[in-house]
Amino acid sequence: MKPPKFDYLRPATVPEAIDALVAAEGGGKIIAGGQSLMPMLNFRLLNPTVLIDINRIAELSSFREEDGGLRIGSLTRHHKLETSDAVKRLFPVLNAAMAHVAHLAIRNRGTIGGSITHADPAAELPMMMVLLESEITIATPRGNRVVAAEDFFLGALTSAVEEDELVTEIHLPALPPNAGWAFEEVARRAGDFALAAVGVIMTVEDGRVTHSRVGVMGVGDTPLRLFDVETVLYDEACEGGILDQAIEVARASVAPATDLHASADYRRHLLGVLVKRALQTAWLRANGKDVASGSSSSGGHHHE
Amino acid sequence: MSKNLDIKLVVNGTTYERAVEPRLLLSDFLRHTLGLTGTHVGCEHGVCGACTIMVDGDSIRACLMLAVQADGCVVETVEGLGTVDQLNPLQQAFHSCHGLQCGFCTPGMLMTCTDMLKKYPLESDAEIRDGLSGNLCRCTGYVHIVDAVKMVKRGATVATETTASHPQSHPQQIAKEISP
Repeated sequence: MKPPKFDYLRPATVPEAIDALVAAEGGGKIIAGGQSLMPMLNFRLLNPTVLIDINRIAELSSFREEDGGLRIGSLTRHHKLETSDAVKRLFPVLNAAMAHVAHLAIRNRGTIGGSITHADPAAELPMMMVLLESEITIATPRGNRVVAAEDFFLGALTSAVEEDELVTEIHLPALPPNAGWAFEEVARRAGDFALAAVGVIMTVEDGRVTHSRVGVMGVGDTPLRLFDVETVLYDEACEGGILDQAIEVARASVAPATDLHASADYRRHLLGVLVKRALQTAWLRANGKDVASGSSSSGGHHHE
Repeated sequence: MSKNLDIKLVVNGTTYERAVEPRLLLSDFLRHTLGLTGTHVGCEHGVCGACTIMVDGDSIRACLMLAVQADGCVVETVEGLGTVDQLNPLQQAFHSCHGLQCGFCTPGMLMTCTDMLKKYPLESDAEIRDGLSGNLCRCTGYVHIVDAVKMVKRGATVATETTASHPQSHPQQIAKEISP
């Protein structure tokens, strides 16, 4: 179908964009990469009075390292994250996840700010934000505010960004030194939304887990941190009975929905399988073992 | 409301100036306003890949971009790749490998392959198949399309030379010249 009628504005600065949102009195919609918004407009699921195009706001494409972390402008395209050497070096888990984000033509256009504001619970970047404990800067008519990823995702397709606000920057703080990591996803087809996916960050000292983060997606209304699983792992070796317990707790921690693509039971089962693989891989890496990069995709490179 | 806006862009080396309604999709602009019907329209929500074109050197879905957003951009469509008499190396490979049957997906396939050949090493069939996963083809089963991409890979030197002599391979430069 075709989009409904709307006016179009192309502000050159963030304050201009905010002014346009305020002037639109709730009828304004920001368009960045448009890879989620345009389908919704084409389906006429949305009916904005004015579309505010932020693609020419240069400052939103900033991208810089800071204290071992990254400050990423909200207009940064997925393909940039996928190919960035800094991402590969500082956040290899994000590099691995980006390979699962849609298709090249979508990644060329889609943006990190757009993806997280859209807040699809089966999309990789929202989960990465939670896993990497990112801080999200939002420009508002009342000045900037910073929201932790943990408080940013409120529900399916619902983020903390209000209708007169705009995400400007994502801060990924440095990971602990020598952190092991893993990303595991199963989708029906390469580039499809995940049926379930897991990201893990883990540090180990003297054969015991000193810090871990387990992020999951596709199994709830928002991406989730499985804090109970992290508690199970703390001060233990991530193998044998502890690993089994972690899988059990992971499955019990989520309430996936049944939909066209998979039943709730299947998703819960799958989550356990992926948590196991991810924890095993992260454990090996945290212990200094070399594990081939990448992760299972729809085909599944693992055998169980 | 929604008055027409003036845009200026380069499509396959030709500069066009038109007034467009803000809601006009770039895919419809190319097909209906410019008459470039090589770009096909399938699903209109970014799933099928038939409308894939290049904007400023990157493949994008023309159904997920507004014409007004292409103001100042350099656009390349399947019409810019080669001619019926002189197919470009990728088109020739599709022809030689039987990489198409009904042809509906082919323009999008060609543009997608052009971009992925540029951006990825494509060392395995799996990589090529991953790259094609955003373009639906209901005829070929993809096998012959994968073959065509591999054929271009084998003759990569020849393809690069041909492209380098083509003025449209410098979209950024042209963009600079027309930018308002």
